[in-house]
Amino acid sequence: MMPERLKAFMLPVAVLVAFEIWVRAAGPHSDSLAPPSAIAVALVEAFRDGSILIATRDTLISAFAGLLLGGSLGLLLGIALGLIRAFDRLMEVTIEAIRPIPSVALLPIALIALGFGYRMEIVIVAFACLWPVLILSRAAIGGIEPRLIEVSRALRLSPVDRVRKIVIPAALPRIFLAFRLAAGIALIVAVTVEIAINPIGLGAGIMTAQQALRPDLMLGYLVWIGLIGYTLNAGLVVAQQHLFGRAALVAEAR
Amino acid sequence: MANPSLARMRADLRGQHPQIAFDHVTLSLGGKTIVENISLDVAPGEFLCIIGASGCGKTTALRLAAGLYQPSSGAVTFDGAPMLTPRRDVAIVFQDYGKALLPWRTASGNISLALETIGVPSSQRAGRIEQLLAKVGLPGHAQKYPAEMSGGMQQRLQIARCLAQEPKALLMDEPFGALDAMTRQGLQDEVLSLVASSKATVVFVTHDLEEAIYLGDRVIGLLPHPGRIGIELPIDLPRPRDQLTTREHPEFLRLRRQLFDFIKASEA
Repeated sequence: MMPERLKAFMLPVAVLVAFEIWVRAAGPHSDSLAPPSAIAVALVEAFRDGSILIATRDTLISAFAGLLLGGSLGLLLGIALGLIRAFDRLMEVTIEAIRPIPSVALLPIALIALGFGYRMEIVIVAFACLWPVLILSRAAIGGIEPRLIEVSRALRLSPVDRVRKIVIPAALPRIFLAFRLAAGIALIVAVTVEIAINPIGLGAGIMTAQQALRPDLMLGYLVWIGLIGYTLNAGLVVAQQHLFGRAALVAEAR
Repeated sequence: MANPSLARMRADLRGQHPQIAFDHVTLSLGGKTIVENISLDVAPGEFLCIIGASGCGKTTALRLAAGLYQPSSGAVTFDGAPMLTPRRDVAIVFQDYGKALLPWRTASGNISLALETIGVPSSQRAGRIEQLLAKVGLPGHAQKYPAEMSGGMQQRLQIARCLAQEPKALLMDEPFGALDAMTRQGLQDEVLSLVASSKATVVFVTHDLEEAIYLGDRVIGLLPHPGRIGIELPIDLPRPRDQLTTREHPEFLRLRRQLFDFIKASEA
């Protein structure tokens, strides 16, 4: 690894070491803190007994299913709204009225309608993912260079070809960005639902550890959730570069 | 002063019907008249340049000719048929080449867009693309993206895409306005030779008076607010034209003086 990149790790490592020393000096019995070494041990143990793997599976299934459901609905609506001005005006008030509702505020209703488990969590995640994808893909369509639309008119492209050859490729980099953003939101909302009410997944794992007065395990879960979020975003960034390559650099430079 | 019947007479004398015809064309947008009562005939194979001070409606006139705008009154016809939509045999070269090219397609992909649209089978496209790139002086750049090309190269690419349509008419909107002087002169000569070989009719909008005289068979000057024809000059300079001798020709200098005075008077 390059020395420049190593520099970025110096501060976190120093903080971890200082934290370890401080917690050990302050005394071992705390309900909210644990030294990094104890956190690591708790995390390894949770992996060994498989509990954290099951929790991870539950959270990721809910987060991805919600992202897929809300994201595709948002994408379809966003494209339709971006392409058809009349539809956009028709839906404007409705969308602006529903959009500000915090997704978690729907929990009580979702719980009554769907009960505990995956379905309720997926619906809440989908609701949260729908809006950013809808708004950003609508903006992506609206933000297409008008000259490109004129080029498609001058060449007399059919409506299908216009969407397929001009609109979608022109909007794709921004639509992908919308999904990247929504993926982060999906993870946050899934864990939030689990912490608040749903007895599955990583959020529930944190709550169980907290109530069992296990700060080491609780913080272990926290570290693991952070790692998942980081990996998810890094993976999507790599995918973005791989998918759009040189053309993506152009689109972002504009 | 403009005399459309004179232009029509000249076209008739050559035994041809006009290819592009403006018949008392007026365009108003949002209560403002942009161009007013323009009558104009362009003969097949003619190279017509339109000049005028900024805001005189020259780009609007070109868009009317392209079918991108519809007149509020009067009519634009192409080969006698009303120009109600753009046509595939009328190609438009936009000034802002950077925005008119598809950034996600390579040079070859951008040309392919036009070939796909006019229905050239995929087996023949690669050969055609290679020919077209060579024609505009971009051989070996097929796999480059527009962002990896200079402004002059991007404009060449846009011209190649337009030539791929095999147009009867080429409408060019200040195509070299954003390029440096050397690149511009090189492209002027290339356009002249491309047009000479394809025999396409050209309507060329520019704010550069010398460019208009250098390229055109005829120059039309528009007066602003609202845009209307203010001057019409046939250019009887020998072809092929040459960047040095043509520009030193006494007739060139006389025409330049005349257009310069016209622009000055129109801005006063």
